[in-house]
Amino acid sequence: MKISEIAAVLNAEVYTVNHDENADIKSACSADLMSDVMAFSKENALLLTGLVNPQVIRTAEMMDMKAIIFVRGKKPQQAMIELAEEKRIALLATDFPLFEASGRLYQQGIRGHGY
Amino acid sequence: MGQVIIRDFEIPANDFTVAGEASSTVRKLLVQLGVAPDKIKRTAIAMYEAEINAVIHGHGGKAHVEISGDKITIVISDEGPGIEDLDLAMQEGYSTAPDSIREMGFGAGMGLPNMKKHADELDIRTEKGKGTVVTITVYF
Repeated sequence: MKISEIAAVLNAEVYTVNHDENADIKSACSADLMSDVMAFSKENALLLTGLVNPQVIRTAEMMDMKAIIFVRGKKPQQAMIELAEEKRIALLATDFPLFEASGRLYQQGIRGHGY
Repeated sequence: MGQVIIRDFEIPANDFTVAGEASSTVRKLLVQLGVAPDKIKRTAIAMYEAEINAVIHGHGGKAHVEISGDKITIVISDEGPGIEDLDLAMQEGYSTAPDSIREMGFGAGMGLPNMKKHADELDIRTEKGKGTVVTITVYF
């Protein structure tokens, strides 16, 4: 799925412009604990999380992820948006909770790789 | 990559906005050098966890990185309180991090186990009251 398609499914707002819109996202990981993302997630292009701080973007960068979706109505701060733009990582925010957001993407064919 | 590439970084204490910048710079360098993506990811994760630890526990520190043709060696050193019981600290789930760190998504006792999991070699020298030196090696 493209980032714009994911945004449409989750009724999400997209905060970045300098990301790879053509990235074909097939897999995702949902977690609030960044160490767990790095310990257990393998080849996932998308991170769904309720945690909002700059380290979420750093973690996504180390993991080669293309996009982050903040759930439960949480919004990224300006400094985080700037950091994400620099790293070419898309930032999205949805009002859906983590389970619901993950489920909706699963229905669209997104899967978790490596667990 | 015939020659050895050396980079040094300062890791500022308690600054979570820049924590991870050294790891990010090294990651970018490895991408430029054409290192295999899985090796880059393992290196980035191990170094990032060590960098975060230096910020959280070590009152900041230094990172010294050497890249040669077949490996990267990362030495992260701090002059913090040291690790009291290293065997215990290596166990998943054991943590001495305060709640403020848990709110950042860390401090769940996965840092050292994560480094061990992703590094080919991990050497930790620590002395109570003196500090900790973590050496991470990943072979390309």
